[in-house]
Parts: sequence; C-alpha cells; structure tokens
Amino acid sequence: MKPEPRLVEVRRNVLKHNDLVARELRARFQREGIAVVSLVSSPGSGKTRFLESTLSRMNSRYRVAALVGDLATENDAVRLARSGAPVKQIVTGTVCHLDASMIRSSLEEWHLADVDYLFIENVGNLVCPASYDLGEDVRAVLMSVTEGEDKPLKYPAIFNGADVAVITKMDLCEAAEFDLESARANIQAVRPGLRVLCVSAKTGEGMEEWMEYIESLTPAQK
Amino acid sequence: MHELSIATSIVELAEEEAERRGVRVVAVHLTLGQLSGVVTEALAGSYDIATAGTLLEGSRLVITEAPVVVFCPACRERRTLPSVQLFQCPQCGTPSAEVIEGRELQVTALEVE
Repeated sequence: MKPEPRLVEVRRNVLKHNDLVARELRARFQREGIAVVSLVSSPGSGKTRFLESTLSRMNSRYRVAALVGDLATENDAVRLARSGAPVKQIVTGTVCHLDASMIRSSLEEWHLADVDYLFIENVGNLVCPASYDLGEDVRAVLMSVTEGEDKPLKYPAIFNGADVAVITKMDLCEAAEFDLESARANIQAVRPGLRVLCVSAKTGEGMEEWMEYIESLTPAQK
Repeated sequence: MHELSIATSIVELAEEEAERRGVRVVAVHLTLGQLSGVVTEALAGSYDIATAGTLLEGSRLVITEAPVVVFCPACRERRTLPSVQLFQCPQCGTPSAEVIEGRELQVTALEVE
C-alpha cells in the first residue's frame, strides 16, 4: 500500500551559498581595507559612462579597480579601461545578474591589498540583482531621467535594498520633461530616507557630491 | 529572468534532503517574500523544467507569498504593508524603512513519502 505523504520541516534558505560567499568576501574586503561599491540599473541608464567618469576622477588620488558584468560583450571594460584603472569584464552569458561566486573568482588574480576602491557594475537589470548579495559595502541604484519617474514603484525590491539612489543624465532633464520632485517622492515611498544624488557624467553636474559620498566610505584602517 | 536558476537551486536543496532522509519528495513548500526579487509566476513556470530528470521529477512546488512587515517607529509595532510601493505604517502613516520580513526565499518544508 502506498504510504500517505507527510510533511517534514526544512527551513533552508535557497540562496544560502551565495550569502555565505558574500559574507566571506565582505570580511576579506574589510581586512584588506577596500571600500566596495556596486551599481545596479536598467540597461541604458548610463552606468558605464557614470563609472567611467567616477574612475577618471579618482584614479590620480586613489587606487581604483572595477569589475563589470555584461551578458555578452567586453565593450564596457574597453570603455572603462580608458580611465587608466584596472578593469575586468565578467561575461555572464545567459545569466542576468552577478553573484558572489562570480565576484570571488574574478578577484583571484588581483592583489586586493593594492586597491582602495573597487566598483562592481552589475548586468543591466532591475529585477534579478536584488536577490544576490555581492559582499559590497554600498549598493547604488541608478535611474536616468529618460526612464520616467515611476521606476522606483515598478521595481520596489531593488530600490528598497539600495544604499543610495543616483539619478543620471540630468543634462537631459528638461528635454525629457522629467519631474524630479515626483521621482524623489517615488524613491522615498519605497525606501524612506534613501539618499538621492542627481548627476550628469556629461556635464559633471553632481559628480563632486558623488565623490564626497564615495570618499566618506573609506575604510577606517587605510 | 533568474527564476530557472532559483528553481534549480531549490531542486538541488530538496534532492540533498531527500537523499539524506531516504525519502521521496512529492512537494516542496517555499516561502517567497515580496522583496525577494523573485517573480512567483516565473518561478512556478520554471519548476517543471528544473525538476525534469531529477529525483524531484513530478513533484509540486507550493509557493506561499510573504508580505512585507516593517517596524513602525511611531507605533513601536510590527506592521504588514498592504503595498510594496508605499513603505509607511498603514495605521499612522509614518514612513518606515526597517524591514522585518519580506525578503524570504526559503524552503520551509517538504512533503515526503
């Protein structure tokens, strides 16, 4: 006779492995005195341009490095390498997000003690990256003025999990008829108290404030 | 779409439990928080593909969606949010960023025989 099914309690986190690797990375970054900033956004919101400008501004004063996730190409790494900083591309293939193991294996050949700031550009996607801790200190979520003010309401999980929001392409604000106040209100609705910076990598607007924010992250031991 | 890889992780986890306990799994119970970053329908749709050819083939995935619970600093109480688009206390309207529950992506139980 076929036995009746019975229920056994398990309580196991599905992404436990990722969380463990992320925790290990975070401890290592702390030990080596590195501040780690990750960037998430939808495709085309200007992450790479913003990061390029960030690296160029920091490169003379700090030892900066970047990891860049992309589905298929190495174009972003080539663009970012123009800043003079060491850059490594992580081609994820069909995977729509970076995970902690990808970060760990990408760092294998790097001597982390020689780095002050590590930037991680995630794959352009506002859904999947929300599930994966990468061991970063700070997660910045970017949205451009051309995307519409309601982006935070459409993707509350990623905005809620971020440490700072950056509104990019501010030079196009007027042309795009972007309502900055409404965008700010939407960000605050899904993440009360979240710091919001408005920048244009093209004109340099707001980049100083971003630099100040980044520099405030410098780990105490350096 | 990372639901297929999530589904594969669920299957691996359940297979491991099944082998360890020497049982056959007929259903996996999963709690999915509204802030987990995982889409319920997409995950449910990926499950059959992920289980094909594994010990879990033919099993069911039972998903319980968990709402977001925040701590209201004014009421000093846990509050369940009616919407993830507005992080404020549904009673007094005070904004709250202190998430207590809602990020779960957890296998809570297995139905076995």
